Amino acid sequence: MPEPIADHGGRRTPYGPPGGVERLAAALPGRLRDALPAEIGLGSPWPVRVDTFLDEGVTEADVDAWVQNVSATHSSGDALDIGVRDGRIVGVRGRAVDRVNHGRIDPRDRHGPSTAGDGVRLTRPMIRQEGRLAECDWDTAMDTIVRRSKELLGPPGGWGRLGFYTGGRLLLEEHYTLAVIAKAGIATPHVDGSTRVGDATAAAALKASFGADGQPGSYTDVDHCDAIALWGHDMAESRVVWERMLDRRLGPRPPAMIAVDSRDAQVAKEADVHLPVRSGTNIALMNALLHELIAGNRVDAAYVARHTIGFAELCRVVEAYPPKRAAEICAVPAALIEQAAEILGSCERLVSTLLPGFYRSNQATAAACQVNNLHLLRGMLGRPGAGVFQMTGRPAGQHARETGASGDLPGMRNWENPDHVRELAELWNVEPAAIPHWGPPTHAMQIFRYAEQGSIRLLWISAADPVVALPHADRVRRVLESEELFLVVQDLYLTETARLADVVLPAAGWGEKPGTVTGADRTVHLCERAVEPPGEARADLDVFLDYARRMDFRDRDGAPLIAWHDAESAFEAWKACSKGRPCDYTGITYDRLRGAGGIQWPCTPSTGHGAERLYAGGRFATDPGVCQSFGHDLATGAEWGAEYYHAREPRGRAFLHAVDYEPSSEAIGDGRPLYWDPVSKQPIYSVATVPVTPDAATDAEAAELADVRGGAGADGVVPVEVSQRLEEV
Amino acid sequence: MHLAHYLRLLHRSQTALAEAFREIRRGHPHEPDMYGVCERLAVQCRDQARWLEPFVRRYEPWTSPAQEPERLHQPLFAGTRPGGLGLLRDLHDLYLLVTECDIACAMIAQGALGARDDELLDVVRRCGGELAVQLLWLRTRMRHAAPQALVVAS
Repeated sequence: MPEPIADHGGRRTPYGPPGGVERLAAALPGRLRDALPAEIGLGSPWPVRVDTFLDEGVTEADVDAWVQNVSATHSSGDALDIGVRDGRIVGVRGRAVDRVNHGRIDPRDRHGPSTAGDGVRLTRPMIRQEGRLAECDWDTAMDTIVRRSKELLGPPGGWGRLGFYTGGRLLLEEHYTLAVIAKAGIATPHVDGSTRVGDATAAAALKASFGADGQPGSYTDVDHCDAIALWGHDMAESRVVWERMLDRRLGPRPPAMIAVDSRDAQVAKEADVHLPVRSGTNIALMNALLHELIAGNRVDAAYVARHTIGFAELCRVVEAYPPKRAAEICAVPAALIEQAAEILGSCERLVSTLLPGFYRSNQATAAACQVNNLHLLRGMLGRPGAGVFQMTGRPAGQHARETGASGDLPGMRNWENPDHVRELAELWNVEPAAIPHWGPPTHAMQIFRYAEQGSIRLLWISAADPVVALPHADRVRRVLESEELFLVVQDLYLTETARLADVVLPAAGWGEKPGTVTGADRTVHLCERAVEPPGEARADLDVFLDYARRMDFRDRDGAPLIAWHDAESAFEAWKACSKGRPCDYTGITYDRLRGAGGIQWPCTPSTGHGAERLYAGGRFATDPGVCQSFGHDLATGAEWGAEYYHAREPRGRAFLHAVDYEPSSEAIGDGRPLYWDPVSKQPIYSVATVPVTPDAATDAEAAELADVRGGAGADGVVPVEVSQRLEEV
Repeated sequence: MHLAHYLRLLHRSQTALAEAFREIRRGHPHEPDMYGVCERLAVQCRDQARWLEPFVRRYEPWTSPAQEPERLHQPLFAGTRPGGLGLLRDLHDLYLLVTECDIACAMIAQGALGARDDELLDVVRRCGGELAVQLLWLRTRMRHAAPQALVVAS
């Protein structure tokens, strides 16, 4: 892939930060900003530059229509228009009005996931007959699934025999509909998706520190900041946000940049300070940086006293990490750590972003929490230029988490809070007992484990190809091949996973279905249908709605459980679910999104604007009635429980989590696999990529990554590029 | 003076617990989360047992081995069982074993108060804090596993 600067023929657009008045204005709530005089620049100063990528031989004049959509290749939420000619997608163009990308797009967006050539898409449902997949009509396929579902649901414990695994292509409306089908229709907690592979740590760290999921910051923080810290994040992979950062770096008063990454990442070349820490030692580095801030009296004492809990314990723990000690653990010079601490301690507006280097490493959640700690200690949240991005990997990652399709109850509700469960029961008009809330929703690897053990008998995989994407493919394949398991696969292509299915359902892809996508900085974008799906392929939403209708899910008054019938009515239903929660969508409508730029949540009808930043004024979502989780022990995942949480009296203050560095319990780099599969005699590297609890598996992951990177292999150990294999195509 | 008996009891229980965590890890290799946590807790238990050793030596001179009460040590864990229900039973056994250590710690803490031994008190309190998290983890993990193992699996 060519370097983005070259892609645009040197069309860089350097810019400087807005002035103090504009920064003050940016800190105001949207409705106050509307009242300001027009001469105060309210928009972002980042220049607009519209990128267009058209098929060879096609010019803009040839395009019949430009249809509003959003990037389907990553989670940044770059808004774009799809160019259509004669019913076919012929190109893409960035949307100039959008707050996220100001017209820029990633060249990779030209080839959305469903634009592969003709003839390879699934166009008709298929059903397994005498061991082979044969085409059939929709009625046959759906009736078969419904018959099997009802058979399994009959005996006691039927709910536990069905499981759902989703992927990054589903839109918000589809994730929410599936969540309601699973949690209220079938009443199973077994719903998760590949989106969690990249997201579990981000979500866990946000909940642990701030009480709820959701990025505190906004991409406009890049405009205002005077320092950028990239924690294990090769930001250059997120092209457009990276361009925004580079444009700031080329303009007047550029921000300083720190990159922490063990890889020889692109960001390392750009950064002023690059800390190539030894794999799995992030906690030691973070503790040293916090040590320097505290020792150098760089802490915003008033903010810490008023808005946080746990400062004394944090001081006690980081005291043992002077840079010299961390330098030994992390294998970087102490002077570099001091240099980084100097930048972090002296900047006034810091933007942090995190990705795999922190998430897929030893003590992952704890390390991500230390970045939150850094921002809390310096009071660097909730104001222009000061933000944390616990980034997500997949386009659907953020809204999958919010809608309850991966790892939480819908509307970012707390399964341990009976009031939250009651809210959902009232919304759906079902008995609270019908909503599984005896534990957290089952995580992806556990779902496959239950299928392996034979207690999950029907697994419905939509928009994901776990046979290719999950580690230890042969084991996943063996599970899905089992005669006992009824496998439904809903996808664009006859994937490796689909080949094992009992029923294959052809789905519509990018540009072929309407709905919304929520990007990493909480910006909600509308996708309109640009082209028709091929053959009989259907939007995933229509498939789920059809299933709900055929299953005849009812509420407690006998009315249909799912009363919506298309994307817009599903969005309205989701808005009702989000009402009053941190992710409040009630002020967003399709009409407001149509023709305009994306809107951030929370957005209520009274404001008309989305809140650009969360936690302004240091008020966090940690009140027991609001919070999404009562917290975990970061090392084991043990749940603290409601009583302990109440006793800490968080009262809207954020939690500072203090954690000592612990080397991974695995022998790093000696080539030992995690453990040996007794059946296949193969090493199993990464059964634990989605921890059961935020941190339970991270030690193991670190070891496996170290094994992989170190290249040291015992006999028969095949190094697997885990990070690559986790990225689904 | 019987403090050394109780210290030995705790020491043996913690050693047994460390081994039990390892056995569970080995006995359930396909459980996605067992490896990392069990290994970590096994190391923790072994370290706790080591911390106690100087105190066993400190109090041994006042204690005759012959005075050790009968049935002081009761084996609580006798190997892993396969399957979802087996895992639940194994974790259940482990829970009892950790409880055994926990209550022994509490008694030794009382003894340390009586012996005016601040050092011992400090050590068993640290052990007690770690054991409390172990209990929480086991309870969390069992609660998650129980509905599927008890109601769904055939």
